[in-house]
Amino acid sequence: MSSKPADLAVPELLTGWGRTMPSRAVVVRPATVHDVAAALTSAGPRGVLVRGAGRSYGDAAQNGGGTVLDLGALADVELLDDGDVVAGAGALLSDLVPVLLAAGRFLPVTPGTRFVTVGGALAADVHGKNHHVDGSIGDHVRRMDLVTPDGVTHVLERGGSPAGDRLLDATLGGMGLTGAITSARLATIPAPTPWVVVDTRRADDLDVLMALMTDPAERHRYSVAWVDGTARGRRLGRGVLTLGDHASPEAAHGRTGRAVPAGVPRVGVPPLPVSPLGRASIAAFNEVWFRKAPRSRDGELVGIAPYFYPLDAVGGWNRLYGPRGFLQYQFAVPDSGAEVVRRTLERLAAIGAPSFLSVLKRFGPGRPASPLSFPIEGWTLAVDVPTSVPGLARALDELDDDVLAAGGRLYLAKDSRAVPATIAAGYPGLADFRALRSEIDPRGVLVSDLSRRLQL
Amino acid sequence: MTDALDRATSVLVLGGTSEIALATVRALRSPALRRVVLAARPSPERDAAVAALTAEGVAGVSAVDFDAAGTTTHDALLAEAFAGGDVDVVLVAFGVLGDQQEFEDDPDLAVEAAQVNYVGGVSVCLRAARLLRAQGHGTLVVLSSVAGERARRSNFVYGSTKAGLDSLASGLADALHGSGAHVLVVRPGFVRTGMTAHLEPAPLSVTAEEVAGAVVAGLRRGSTVVYVPAAMRVVMSGLRHLPRTVFRRLPI
Ligand SMILES: Cc1cc2nc3c(=O)[nH]c(=O)nc-3n(C[C@H](O)[C@H](O)[C@H](O)COP(=O)(O)OP(=O)(O)OC[C@H]3O[C@@H](n4cnc5c(N)ncnc54)[C@H](O)[C@@H]3O)c2cc1C
Ligand SMILES: NC(=O)c1ccc[n+]([C@@H]2O[C@H](COP(=O)([O-])OP(=O)(O)OC[C@H]3O[C@@H](n4cnc5c(N)ncnc54)[C@H](OP(=O)(O)O)[C@@H]3O)[C@@H](O)[C@H]2O)c1
Repeated sequence: MSSKPADLAVPELLTGWGRTMPSRAVVVRPATVHDVAAALTSAGPRGVLVRGAGRSYGDAAQNGGGTVLDLGALADVELLDDGDVVAGAGALLSDLVPVLLAAGRFLPVTPGTRFVTVGGALAADVHGKNHHVDGSIGDHVRRMDLVTPDGVTHVLERGGSPAGDRLLDATLGGMGLTGAITSARLATIPAPTPWVVVDTRRADDLDVLMALMTDPAERHRYSVAWVDGTARGRRLGRGVLTLGDHASPEAAHGRTGRAVPAGVPRVGVPPLPVSPLGRASIAAFNEVWFRKAPRSRDGELVGIAPYFYPLDAVGGWNRLYGPRGFLQYQFAVPDSGAEVVRRTLERLAAIGAPSFLSVLKRFGPGRPASPLSFPIEGWTLAVDVPTSVPGLARALDELDDDVLAAGGRLYLAKDSRAVPATIAAGYPGLADFRALRSEIDPRGVLVSDLSRRLQL
Repeated sequence: MTDALDRATSVLVLGGTSEIALATVRALRSPALRRVVLAARPSPERDAAVAALTAEGVAGVSAVDFDAAGTTTHDALLAEAFAGGDVDVVLVAFGVLGDQQEFEDDPDLAVEAAQVNYVGGVSVCLRAARLLRAQGHGTLVVLSSVAGERARRSNFVYGSTKAGLDSLASGLADALHGSGAHVLVVRPGFVRTGMTAHLEPAPLSVTAEEVAGAVVAGLRRGSTVVYVPAAMRVVMSGLRHLPRTVFRRLPI
C-alpha cells in the first residue's frame, strides 16, 4: 500500500449495491491489524464499522457521520498444505478463486458474485447454491481473527473455548457489529477442474419447479432456479433449474482454457440519468431467458465463472436501474411456508413490479448458534425490484407479515426497508445478540446505518 | 435513516402546531416512521396535536417546549432531539404573518415578527444543519414563501423575513452539498390555514395537504426547491421580471 497520509481518512458518500440511501462517513484505510485496533479504541461519537466491497444491497456497510474502515490492505491469501486457505478479511473472493483452482480446490461456499470480501462474506454468513448440501460459509470456518472494540485481537479457533465459540458464532451473520474480522482460515472443497457439469430443467410453472427442486433424484451439490418474475397466471413461477457438480478430469475430457476470466469485467455500465429497464424490456429479457433454456439437458460443461458468477461479466450492472436505485427482497421460509413463495410472486406481479432477476433456492439446516445468520431449512426467494414501483412499500410490508407468519425471516445483507419489529420477530436470537454486544461493546462503538435503522 | 422506499423513520418539527407541518407529518406517516417530536410553545393546541397524531396511529409522538424567539435555548433543544436518535427530517414550520399596516404603525411589532421568522430561522437552521452534517444524512425542510421572492406593497415586512430565511436556506443547501445532508426549500403561495383564515384566498391557493404532498414528493426526488402549487414557479418568474412601475400597481 502506497497510500499517502492524506488518503488515510477521506470523507465519502456511501451506498450499498442497490444505490439507495447514501450517507457520508470518513473512510479510513488501516495498513495493519494494529491500526484497526487503534481505530476502534479511538472511536468518535458516531462509531466505527468495517465495510467490505459494498455488495450488500442496503445500508449494512455504511455508518453515517462516523468512521468506516476499508481493510483492503489486509488481503494476503495463503493456501495451506491441508487444503485450508488463510485470507486477510479484505481479500476478495476473486483473489482466492484462482489460487484455489490452481491447487484443485474451490470455495466451500460462494455467493453469486466473487467481488465480495472474505470479511463481508463471514459477517453476512453467506450462502451459495450448495446450502442444502454444505451449509453456509460459517460452517467452514476453522479460525477467525477478530478485533473487538477494546482493541483486543481474539484468535477464535473453532472449538477453542465456549466463550470463543460464542463470539465466533455471533460474528457469523453479525453484520460487523461484534468487531472487525481481520483474517480467517477456511476449509475448501475439491474442484479437480475449473468446470462444472450442469443439468438444466425448464419448468412451466411454480409447482413443477418446486417439485423438481425437492426431488431426491435431482440432488446435486449445486442447485438454483431462476424464476421468471414477470410471468403471471398459469405461468406464474415458471423457471429454469440448473443443477451442478464440479467436473472430474474425465468428465471435462481434457478441456482446458480459462474458465475464470481474471479481474475486471470487460463490459461496464456507465452512470445513467434514467433507467433503461422498463417493464417491457424486463419482461422481454425474462421471456428470452426462459425460451433459450432447453426443456431438459444433462451433462453440459460450464466454466466456474459463468456458472457461479454470470452477473460479474457486466461491471456496475446495478446502474441499470438508474439513479433511483433498486432493492432486493429476500426471505427464507420453512417448507411449511412454501406458499409464501407463490404469494410473493403473485403480489409483485399484481403491482406490476418487474423483476429482472428472481432466484429460488433450497436451504438445508441453518446455524442456530449464530443468532443473526439468515438461512433456515426450507426455501429462499430473492427478487430484485426498482424502488420506483408504486405500491411497493405496502406490498413488501404485507409480504413481511406473510413471511413472519410462516416462521420465516428476511436477509439483513439485502435489507433496505424493513422495520425493527420484523427483524426481531424473524430472529429470535436477537436478544442474545444484543446481550453479547453490550458485553463486548459497552460504549456502542460498532454501529451501522442498518443497526440504527433496525435497532439491532 | 430514510429507507430505500423514501420512508423517514424520525421527524423533528419546529413549529409543531403548524397546520402545514401537521399535514406533512401525516403525509410522512408509514410503518417505518417511529419518532415524531413536535417542538412548540406549550398550549392546548400542542397537546391536541400530540393526541390527534397518536390516535391516528403515528408512533412515538412527543412534544418539547420551543420558542422561536428564544434563540439561546435552541442549542440544547436541538442537541437533545438528536441525542434521542438520528433525525431524518427537520421541518422548520414556525412563522407569523402579522399585519402590514400594524407593522408600519408600530415597528416594534415588525421587529418581533422578524425575530421569530428570520432570527429564529437563522438560529434553528444553522444548528440543525450542523447536526445533520454530523450524522451524515437527513434533510432540513424550510417553509419559505413566494412572498419572499419579490417584496409586495401589501406584505413586505413578512415578505422580507421570508426572503432572508429563503436566502439562508438556499445558501445552506450549497454548504451541505456532499455532506450527505440536504436542504429542501418550500415556497408555497397562498395556503388556506389558520394563518390566512382572515384573508380572502388569493388565486392558485392551496391546502395544507397539498403543501404536504409537495414536500413529500420533493424529499423523494431530492429537490432543493419546490413551489406549491408547481405553477407558482412560472407565475413568480413572470412577476420577478415585471417592471417596478407595473408591479407596484398590481392588486396583490
Ligand atoms: C450480485 C450479487 C449476488 C449476491 N449473491 C449472494 C448469494 O448468493 N448469497 C449470499 O449469501 N449473499 C449474496 N449476495 C450478498 C453478498 O454476498 C453479501 O452482502 C456480502 O456481505 C457482501 O460482502 P462485501 O464484502 O461486499 O461486504 P459489505 O457489503 O461491504 O458489508 C456487508 C457487511 O459485512 C460487514 N463486514 C464487512 N467486512 C467486515 C470485516 N472485515 N469484519 C467485520 N464485518 C465486516 C459490514 O460491516 C456489513 O455489515 C450477493 C450480492 C450481490 C451484489
Ligand atoms: N398559510 C400560508 O398561506 C403560508 C404561505 C406560505 C408560507 N407559509 C409558511 O408556512 C409555515 C407554516 O404556516 P401554517 O400555514 O401552517 O400556519 P400556522 O398553522 O399558523 O402555523 C404557524 C406556526 O408558527 C408557530 N409559531 C409562531 N410564533 C412562534 C414562536 N415564537 N415560537 C414557536 N412557534 C411559533 C405557531 O405556533 P403557536 O401555536 O405557538 O402560535 C404555529 O404553529 C409558516 O412559516 C408560514 O410562514 C404559510
